[in-house]
Amino acid sequence: MNGSAIAASGLRKAYKDKTVLDGIDLDVRAGTIFALLGPNGAGKTTTVNVLTTLLTPDAGKAVVAGHDVVTETRAVRAAIGVTGQFASVDNLLTGEENLLMMADLLHLPRKEGRRITGRLLDRFELGEAAGKPAASYSGGMRRKLDLAMTLVGDPQIIFLDEPTTGLDPRSRRTMWEIIRELVADGTTIFLTTQYLEEADQLADRIAVLDQGRLVAEGTADELKRRIPGSHVRLRFTDRHDFDAAARVLPESAGDDEELTLRVPGDGGVRSLRALLDRLDAHSIEVDELSVHTPDLDDVFLALTGHGNKEVNVR
Amino acid sequence: MNAISASLADSATMLRRNFRHTTRNPVALFNGIVMPVFLMFLMVYVFGGAFSVGVDYADYATPGLILTTICYGIGSTAIAVNSDMTNGFINRLRVMDVSRAAVLNAHVIESVLRSLVAITLVTGVALLMGFRPSAGLAQWLGVVGIVVLTVVAISWLTVAAGLAAKTPESAGMTVVPLMLLPFLSSAFVPADKMGPGARQFAEHQPFTSIIEALRGLLTGAPSASSIVTAIAWCVGVTLIGYLWARRAFTRQG
Repeated sequence: MNGSAIAASGLRKAYKDKTVLDGIDLDVRAGTIFALLGPNGAGKTTTVNVLTTLLTPDAGKAVVAGHDVVTETRAVRAAIGVTGQFASVDNLLTGEENLLMMADLLHLPRKEGRRITGRLLDRFELGEAAGKPAASYSGGMRRKLDLAMTLVGDPQIIFLDEPTTGLDPRSRRTMWEIIRELVADGTTIFLTTQYLEEADQLADRIAVLDQGRLVAEGTADELKRRIPGSHVRLRFTDRHDFDAAARVLPESAGDDEELTLRVPGDGGVRSLRALLDRLDAHSIEVDELSVHTPDLDDVFLALTGHGNKEVNVR
Repeated sequence: MNAISASLADSATMLRRNFRHTTRNPVALFNGIVMPVFLMFLMVYVFGGAFSVGVDYADYATPGLILTTICYGIGSTAIAVNSDMTNGFINRLRVMDVSRAAVLNAHVIESVLRSLVAITLVTGVALLMGFRPSAGLAQWLGVVGIVVLTVVAISWLTVAAGLAAKTPESAGMTVVPLMLLPFLSSAFVPADKMGPGARQFAEHQPFTSIIEALRGLLTGAPSASSIVTAIAWCVGVTLIGYLWARRAFTRQG
């Protein structure tokens, strides 16, 4: 499949007087991973709900798999799979029964449903737990089962709303592997995440969503290039030292409350030595020094201007 | 597959799932039986002797206990429906184009069948405790009909309340008024022995006419006006519950 898997322009959604989506434009190429990155409350789930036909936008247009999400819901639904923010598996059914139920709801012939179920259980290493109720599964297993249920219908486009939120690092890596394999098979993935590393690791393109607006879009490298280069971060225990250093290093930017200074520089040994020499010459004690090359967290800070306490850096 | 057979197939799939829930979590059925049986003991052996109702108290109380059985068992339906709504299960089904009729019908049918099992058991206990109905076959059919209509009405109302609630806990609370209503009806004492206010309320609330209709049928002296009023209440409540549930199901959010 070539071209756009998802194309949206000017999507708006408001609840009463609260604007949740404030004009979203998206273009996701088929066969790629697209990450929508943003903190809680940025509008990620609302975007997914609009694109998956669960929510009608107040304005704007969205075309998914070549069909309009408002007027051709049936065709859109036939092409997509959605795994929501919370693993929506049936706790009292076994893993196998959950998958067979999906096959039944898709009206697959019984035999084919069994075949697909067996294949997915093997693929996600759930074979041993297949006969146990999903309530007894670990968080990682539940997510895997949830995704497997989405895959029963063999969707062209998969929406994953925060697929690894709350998972331990090992389960997260497993999930990443699975997502990469799906794309290798030609599926298009639209994922939302609040983890910068996840977007960096997986996505071909990243859009940063903040308060209902896209504040940036591009590859991880493009986004990193948009912000100032490396810097050295100095921390002081003593306000006197902090003030003195701020005077000695006029090019730096300070944080009064945390007693930290950001000094632009390439982070190389030579410039580092020069910096320390300047501080020494004025007998300024530095408590802690760290060298920062830009990561997506800096991107977020630079793009939104208000920092992002909810975005977790892992 | 056309739309109707697709919807039927989906209803069957969902119903199979709901049955599995009940058999794997029998607490739901258990709750709906233990409390009414306990109430039966309490009313017939402890309080009943003090109430003079003009007939044998077991005969008097059984119709009310049948209703109580419905109300005590229905809480699990509200919670089940709400869990489906809040944990994303219903959204998953909506994206799969599963008809809402299938999802809601399955909950209602399961709830009705579960209640009927509980009612059968509770009625069995009532017979052991001295309940001696004198209804003929036609009257028994009338009893079954009114009981089924009542369960359907209460189930639709509960499914709607479950869909509309914000959390499973609050969904569980929505059925509390239903548990209390029998006490403010002619279930355990005749309405005309109640104080002012309570008496008017009891005389005009739906449970009283349903109970009076059942009582008449079971004692072999059916009252046409109670039966008509009872059926009207059931149809009205079913309609309100059904429309409310449809609205709540498509609620966007």
